[in-house]
Amino acid sequence: MMPVVLWTDAMIFLLLATILAGAWHIRKWPHLMLPWQRVATSSMGMVSLLILSLFIMVGLLDSLHYRIALPDKNNGQTVYSAEVVSAFDALASGLKNRTEKTYSAPMAVYLYAKESMETPGGEILRDHPRLRFGGAHLQNIERDWLGDVVQKAVYGALAGLLLGVLLIAAVWILFLRQRGDHLPLPKITDSPRKALLITTLLLATFFGAVANLAASYHVLGTDKVGQDVLYLALKSIRTGLVIGTITTLVTLPFALLLGVAAGYFRGWVDDIIQYIYTVLSSIPSVLLIAAAVLMMQVTIEMHPEWFETSAARADVRLLSLCLILGLTSWTGLCRLLRGETLKLRELEYIQAAQSFGVSSPRIITQHIMPNVMHIVLIAMVMDFSGLVLAEAVLSYVGVGVDPSTMSFGTLINAARLEMGREPIVWWTLAAAFGFMLVLVLAANLFADVVRDAFDPRLSHKN
Amino acid sequence: MNNLLSVQALVTALNSGTAIVDDISFDIAEGETFALLGESGCGKSMTALSLMRLLPDGVHLKQGEVHLANENILTLPERDMRRIRGGRMAMIFQEPGLSLNPVMTVGTQIAEALALHQDMHGAMAEARCAELLEQVGLSDVQRRLRAYPFQLSGGMKQRVMIAMALAGQPKLLIADEPTTALDVTIQAQVLQLLRNTQQQSGMSILLITHDLGVVAQIAHQVAVMYAGQIVEQAPRAQLFAHPAHPYTQKLFAALPHASSAGHALAAISGSVPALGSTGVGCRFAPRCDQAWARCHAEMPGWTILPNKQGVRCHLYDTNEVSTTRQPPGISASQAEQGSSHKGTMSDGVHPQHSSTNYLLQVENLRVHFPIYKGILQRTVGYVKAVDGVSLAIAAGRTLALVGESGCGKTTVGKALLQLVQPTAGSVRFAGNDLVGLGAQQLRVQRAGMQMIFQDPYASLNPKMRVAEILQEGMDVLSIGKNSTERQQRIDELLDQVGLAQTSKWRYPHEFSGGQRQRIAIARALAVNPSLLICDEPTSALDVSVQAQILNLLKTLQQELGLSYLFISHNLAVVEYLAHEVCVMYLGRIVERGTVAEVMRAPRHPYTRALISAVPHIDGSGTLSPCGIETVRLEGEMPSPTNPPQGCYFHPRCPHAMNVCRADYPEATHVSDTRQVHCYLETTEKAKQG
Repeated sequence: MMPVVLWTDAMIFLLLATILAGAWHIRKWPHLMLPWQRVATSSMGMVSLLILSLFIMVGLLDSLHYRIALPDKNNGQTVYSAEVVSAFDALASGLKNRTEKTYSAPMAVYLYAKESMETPGGEILRDHPRLRFGGAHLQNIERDWLGDVVQKAVYGALAGLLLGVLLIAAVWILFLRQRGDHLPLPKITDSPRKALLITTLLLATFFGAVANLAASYHVLGTDKVGQDVLYLALKSIRTGLVIGTITTLVTLPFALLLGVAAGYFRGWVDDIIQYIYTVLSSIPSVLLIAAAVLMMQVTIEMHPEWFETSAARADVRLLSLCLILGLTSWTGLCRLLRGETLKLRELEYIQAAQSFGVSSPRIITQHIMPNVMHIVLIAMVMDFSGLVLAEAVLSYVGVGVDPSTMSFGTLINAARLEMGREPIVWWTLAAAFGFMLVLVLAANLFADVVRDAFDPRLSHKN
Repeated sequence: MNNLLSVQALVTALNSGTAIVDDISFDIAEGETFALLGESGCGKSMTALSLMRLLPDGVHLKQGEVHLANENILTLPERDMRRIRGGRMAMIFQEPGLSLNPVMTVGTQIAEALALHQDMHGAMAEARCAELLEQVGLSDVQRRLRAYPFQLSGGMKQRVMIAMALAGQPKLLIADEPTTALDVTIQAQVLQLLRNTQQQSGMSILLITHDLGVVAQIAHQVAVMYAGQIVEQAPRAQLFAHPAHPYTQKLFAALPHASSAGHALAAISGSVPALGSTGVGCRFAPRCDQAWARCHAEMPGWTILPNKQGVRCHLYDTNEVSTTRQPPGISASQAEQGSSHKGTMSDGVHPQHSSTNYLLQVENLRVHFPIYKGILQRTVGYVKAVDGVSLAIAAGRTLALVGESGCGKTTVGKALLQLVQPTAGSVRFAGNDLVGLGAQQLRVQRAGMQMIFQDPYASLNPKMRVAEILQEGMDVLSIGKNSTERQQRIDELLDQVGLAQTSKWRYPHEFSGGQRQRIAIARALAVNPSLLICDEPTSALDVSVQAQILNLLKTLQQELGLSYLFISHNLAVVEYLAHEVCVMYLGRIVERGTVAEVMRAPRHPYTRALISAVPHIDGSGTLSPCGIETVRLEGEMPSPTNPPQGCYFHPRCPHAMNVCRADYPEATHVSDTRQVHCYLETTEKAKQG
């Protein structure tokens, strides 16, 4: 086994490390902790954070890439498979490997299309053939199918519930006992803890049922080449998260530096920066992105020697999409920060600093940056969901990620043809929409709570 | 007289249960002006909003009755209440710029009120609008009707607001700090207007204000509010002559005026308690120096004194008087206060200033802001914010720069610090010319001159702790060798401005306005300056806190030998603190001299108008005419973009002559210390000579 660190993996783990370091820093300062404590008292915020963190966990597992050593050795040297897989692939290998021939509906035991089959009697019969994996254990389908599905769902749900209870007990023992709360039971009267508890149990039950069913059925059906749609959708999460976060990180330095510089220095600096973002935002963004992506694609095609594996190539394409999206979408935040800085620079504490002869870089970092951070934070979380949606649109248009990369956009793009079939294949689209909806909704709700927590006008309510 | 409005046991509370207005009762008679006097945060605006039933979210009326002409308006359905608002009861607000809709013409906005409450439409409404505008003293009414709010000045906007309030022919006008945002000369005009309107229409006015001067000018009855309660109520003359409650007494004592210039003001220690932080006892007890155990344990009841004056204080509690404690006679208590603070400071320590010994010398300072227009951003003109100002401050002296808002006094302060690049002129500080210095060379000079800003809420970075705020200047100017030395200095500074050393690690939002201003002063002092530019340092503070800050500034001057350039529009403060005064009008200094000269015997007509517009309250508690003929100024200050030909003041000057319209008058030296820019002086001198 050889670990492989793709570019986006490196960035994701760097980001994770930065966030953890930031959290460590914030813990030390009570005034920085205060808004986050306010977030922690909101049921909505904590529940959406829980759901978001499940998505992030899938994304992180899917970012631990490696190549498997092949059994045969070449002159004593270990040869590695050309395929790059992730820890998530290993966990979900059942889902990944059980591919059918073509489309099958969710929970189905037959293929979606009719085929000519030879009966043991030698006759040619045209009917839906049995699936290779979905419900293969059933002997008498008409009699057993429904009972089996219900039984598996209930058993799974119960197992999930039990796991959930164990998990909560473990968390309680680990964290709450440490603080010295010698309560016989965790206090669950305050609303966020209660809501978290209920959500955890519900989710555990739901995941238990789905996991147990997924072991013997295709819970969300299969796609054209027989891949499990649930697997595809789960793999898409990483792509969505990468696009959402890395793009935001690319926009941030541009927006922050240029916006604050324009607002603080005014004069010709302001003029130049304003011209740049006015020009950028007056070009239709899809055209600009399409042109840049096509140029980048040609470059990648021309230099196959740059990439060891196809996964590395797809990954670079994903990364460059992030860069391009980032370079074209910093204007909104930049404008916002320029306006705020224009307001701040006239405030008296900035003038007091100027009258001490404090240098401009120091005024910007000490006085202006901390006072625009709330805007940056809110804009980042809001942008995140917008970018996940933007990727879907671009992939649908055909200038998005590599076709081999699973993403919500490619799923939707595939569904374009399937919606035209008779009978209609609806589950790919439904799965992509369902996952995107939950991810974006959770991110938006969380952003709402964060924004409220950082709004000084609302801070007196409690 | 019949009572028009009667408020009984009104309680307005936050949804969390904390009472903002706590058990208030008062009556307003027909045709009477009732003033509700109090510092910020004492609940006076909330009282007004409760009467109008316009309380913001999160605040509700808990109990009480409000009868307007014998109708309980608290039980009325919202539909009928709308008829009453603007109809029988109208309100004008503090900030006239924010209470008019910027996209509607003045005429339309008044017509709206007419259509709602008088059912007047079309030509009839327009005629009535014009009549109303004339009534509030606007000229050129037909043009004003079609003007948008941004085309009017602050004073005119407040007149329009009053016209709008009068449109419904209200029985009661609630005026919430109607003149706080206006200049003194405009304030005098608006108060005169309110008085005249009241005489004509016989309406009652509920005046909400923090300004004793305004109360002295137009109120008949006064109620003093403190922390949500009325602590004293009396007719105006009686209250001013015999304030009964210790709070009211101290409020009067805290007012700065010339006679107190030699010694410290009787400041009230501490600040107004925060909402909900009040205990069981008297709310003023923690700040009261006459308080005893009972004051902390029991809320005093409402006591009516023999002279019908109402007061909420244990001192006047009849059961208490004879047995435990003699209520101090009012005059006795005042004398006591006076003596306790006297002698701590003396006036004799100012160094003799000689003409060679100036710390700061400013010659012909000009700051012109270019106006750009068109695509090519060509300069089409200049806003002459400061247009040839010369002044000099000797070490250890205070020079006050006085003028109405927009006259360029703040710009002078900023230009001295080189925060705004002067267009021309020289600023010599301790022998070095600051104009045109590079950033590095300027940094060396920075330590000598620092600024204290007007708004203590905007002048401290909310994301920095006190120690970091104080340390910033020391870091940049390399004061103190290492961090322990700097930390020591910070402790010293906090002591010096009267803050606890524990406040070092707290954030600005945890402090009250007065404490924040102390932090701002400490920040300026951190770099050992010899000159402080104080830009209206007390105008955002309450009277009781203002006195603390003024005392602090005076003590610091004596201890450290600081010079102050004191920029202010508040003449009483100037009279108390300054040695010399410069009066500014439209970017130029029109008169300068020592405080005694300028304040007692102003020569320039503008100075005379300015001084006579300020309501003076003397010891006997009534308005004193201050020995100067009252000059009421018409109109407002012209725009500095396009100053009038000749003397800038001539369009408003009652003594304008032909020569005034032709050329700007040169300086006339009346005495060694005194200069006036006015042709009246020139001719006078010519006669003598």
